[in-house]
Amino acid sequence: MAAGFKTVEPLEYHRSFLKENCRPDGRELSEFRTTTLNIGSISTANGSALVKFGNTTVMCGIKAELANPTVETPGKGYIVPNVDLPPLCSSRFRPGPPGEQAQAASQFIADVIESSGVIQTEDLCIDRGKLCWVLYCDMMCLDYDGNLLDACIVALLAALKNTRLPEVTFNTETSAPEVNSEKRQGLCIRKHPVATSFCIFDDSILIVDPTAEEESLATAQLTVVTDEEDRLCSVHKPGGTSMSGQKLQECISRATARQREIQKLIDKVAHSVKMEQ
Amino acid sequence: MRGKQMTSSPRDEPLFHGGGVMEACDSSRVSLREFGCEQNLLSRPDGSASFIHGDTSVYAGVYGPAEVKVSKEIYDRATLEVLIQPKVGLPSVRERSQEQCVRETCEASLLLSLHPRSSLTLILQVLHDDGSLLSCFLNAACMALMDAGLPMSCLFCGVTCAIDADGQIITDPTAAQEKESRALMTFAIDSTQRNVLMSSTKGSFSVNELQQCIAVSQTASEKIFQFYRDSVQRRYSKTL
Repeated sequence: MAAGFKTVEPLEYHRSFLKENCRPDGRELSEFRTTTLNIGSISTANGSALVKFGNTTVMCGIKAELANPTVETPGKGYIVPNVDLPPLCSSRFRPGPPGEQAQAASQFIADVIESSGVIQTEDLCIDRGKLCWVLYCDMMCLDYDGNLLDACIVALLAALKNTRLPEVTFNTETSAPEVNSEKRQGLCIRKHPVATSFCIFDDSILIVDPTAEEESLATAQLTVVTDEEDRLCSVHKPGGTSMSGQKLQECISRATARQREIQKLIDKVAHSVKMEQ
Repeated sequence: MRGKQMTSSPRDEPLFHGGGVMEACDSSRVSLREFGCEQNLLSRPDGSASFIHGDTSVYAGVYGPAEVKVSKEIYDRATLEVLIQPKVGLPSVRERSQEQCVRETCEASLLLSLHPRSSLTLILQVLHDDGSLLSCFLNAACMALMDAGLPMSCLFCGVTCAIDADGQIITDPTAAQEKESRALMTFAIDSTQRNVLMSSTKGSFSVNELQQCIAVSQTASEKIFQFYRDSVQRRYSKTL
């Protein structure tokens, strides 16, 4: 009976739960799904991480390549983030070139990297105007059950923390890079941005960490990115129903608390990885 | 019918009170560049408008309600598609993300359920970008939707705020001001409650600065809505 009700009237089904201040999966309105983090999952990548928010699974791999810096910014390296939503992860994605959601997510991640200053691109420069690192950050969604952006940011941050780059010197005589694979160094992570996504139901009810079903029924979505100094790196609300300043303040407070939890989780997992090595 | 053009210099206009402003906002800080709008200037689209913020200029055209591709059909409402055409080259990832912002803002204000199983297409063509481009897109889109006579629950407008190195808030920044700023925020404000429909930010900022920028945008939105009203009033005063 309940299954039939859910299929025929999904919105009414969710409303009946939200009226009682809970959600169909048993969570409270401001409760996150269990977050699982695995660091260093891909041994062939320079850095990698796997994140699970309930069913949502995102894998991030980082590949570092040597390149020439651009003429406009000779003292900087660059970071190229890319979010992939393959048909494997959900029936809503078709094979072929990336859709709007994947492209918008890639742009969002690129904006967060730049706004938060998680890595100074100056740090990626090896020899000014001659040689620099390019970090290709590929985020692949393996299972799509909502809240893609939060999972991508956690996966990215954990993978960046895991990245080890070999020592490279630029030989000016032969003008060729010399790689010393024996000596590897971690990246300098300057900030720890964490995203928190919200959905607005029926123009008024605020829920956190939405599932794919909740996302499709919600009237608006909002993603707040904060760092450890409580500065906002992004307040991304692509549209939907309007929101008062007071509601926004509630979201920011929740996002700040979430930042602490996630940073603690990443540090804990990164530490245990280090102990094993 | 021929299109009519009007421009306004908001600096000379009296300031309006912002409804529901959270922070006390010094209205003298809110200065927008001269803006102008022309509606119904293209003959083929069902609704069209150009919107100018200083040197930033955008053309918008709306087609619809028309037949929809079966794969994009939604059984209980119209499908809205937004296409942003840059001045040179093909649309890239940045345009795609702006399209998403404009589309979802329009979807929130349009009464799409009145045209089920049909398509609406909004095309935005950049003529010149001199800062505050996203807010210019939003304003052009709203004027074009109005010109097309599509039913809407409210109007919306876009306001861009930049925070410069000294922490000063600049509304409607030019491209040069955007480049020097440490944070840049664009908000879409609705006309009924003056709440935030859309928000897109760059750079890092404090919570206080965000609330201040929202308050400034709400004050600035009054001027833009007044301009919408004057513009439409002047356009119809001769025909009615």
